[in-house]
Amino acid sequence: MERHFHTELRQLKDQILAMGGYVERAIEEATQALIRREPERFAKVMEAETKINQAHIDIDEHCFSLLARQAPLAADLRLILALLKINTDLERMGDQAVNISHNAKKYLEEPPVQFLLEITKMAFEVRSMVRDSLDALVKEDGQLAREVLKKDDSVDNLKNQMFRDLIALMKKDPSTIEAAIDLLLIARNLERLGDHATNIAEDVIFVTTGKDVRHKPRES
Amino acid sequence: MTNTRPILEVKKLNAWFGDHHAVRDINLLVNEREVVACMGPSGCGKSTFLRCLNRLHEEVPGATVDGTVSLGGQDIYARNVDPVIIRRKIGMVFQKPNPFPALSIYENVAVGLRLAGVRNTRILNEAVEKSLRKAALWEEVKDKLKAPGLSLSGGQQQRLCMARALAVEPPVILMDEPTSALDPISTAKIEELIIELKKSVTVIIVTHNLQQAARISDRTAFFLLGELVEYDLTSKVFTNPKDTRTEQYITGRFG
Repeated sequence: MERHFHTELRQLKDQILAMGGYVERAIEEATQALIRREPERFAKVMEAETKINQAHIDIDEHCFSLLARQAPLAADLRLILALLKINTDLERMGDQAVNISHNAKKYLEEPPVQFLLEITKMAFEVRSMVRDSLDALVKEDGQLAREVLKKDDSVDNLKNQMFRDLIALMKKDPSTIEAAIDLLLIARNLERLGDHATNIAEDVIFVTTGKDVRHKPRES
Repeated sequence: MTNTRPILEVKKLNAWFGDHHAVRDINLLVNEREVVACMGPSGCGKSTFLRCLNRLHEEVPGATVDGTVSLGGQDIYARNVDPVIIRRKIGMVFQKPNPFPALSIYENVAVGLRLAGVRNTRILNEAVEKSLRKAALWEEVKDKLKAPGLSLSGGQQQRLCMARALAVEPPVILMDEPTSALDPISTAKIEELIIELKKSVTVIIVTHNLQQAARISDRTAFFLLGELVEYDLTSKVFTNPKDTRTEQYITGRFG
């Protein structure tokens, strides 16, 4: 017979998964609005963000209540602590998706410059990082979480490459500066999304193995 | 946990009730001035283990013990050792407060010293006050030392039993679920007391209350079916235990 507490823990995981779904959608809508030049999609980012904010509050309350009532230990304690942190990361990811929308709105008012392919790649990687880290949480799959950590390097590399290329473009053609700066900011927002997804993966490794892998050299 | 000098060393300890093999091949080292919590499901052998540590187990008809328990390097099961002397060095507090019903508060505390031959009233007075202070009971009983021990509340009676155990200044005290019959306030007092006692005494406590083990102990031993499954720092056992059986037990997923 499953204890009532463990049923509640499963419900808590479901809440985090649903929140992760909203985050993925917010990133998807913000970047597609930019790439396909469809500004009407920005409203969907705001809709998702409202849901993310509500989930943020609900999940904190649920964790708080479980900590107070159940005094969890060992794996259960690690899970609740990790969910509290993952909750914060997901909320910040919603904010970053909104930032992307703001920057993309400005970008769409300017004549376009290149580099949308890199943005597409970064957005794709970041969304898969979110999905994989939350999958890893549900399946308690530490190996999958470690794969997410590796993907962050490719997101960072894409951002660095974009920074170099955009600076070169601005030097060559100052009329591109406004649009290029918007893209720089968006690349920066996407990179931050990758960092939050990395935090989530690190928390999942903590849940599944009890090991704290933060601020340590990555295992290859 | 600044001191890590071992005081009690258990080697290949086995205990039986007739044919029933209740404690199996236990090896364990207890450091001086630490609190060790023993936990495990009912019937796992933890109380029997505890009672082997001051030779109480052998008092049960048909009960036998094998292996060694060394206190400060001396095997308490060696042939020439008197169990009564051992019980003076390794005191015990039981689940249910058990003050001597016919004795006053004062005499309950003094009884161990009297049995050891102390007759000097001044020495007895000092020892009684010191022990009652250590047991955090002095302020509550100093004006009624002649009252019967049984006139106290359950929580006070348990602290009286602790004072009685402390009076003969044992280096080790065993406690078998000392708070399971007490309300939360009395429990909290006993827990504070145990942490305070660590300055001078080593405590080995059997508890069913996991949070209590987590709050007061330095190391935790998990017993299952007579075996010692895991023995490690409490902070480790309650956050990331090594053995899946420990994990299952403390997260309530057992069975």
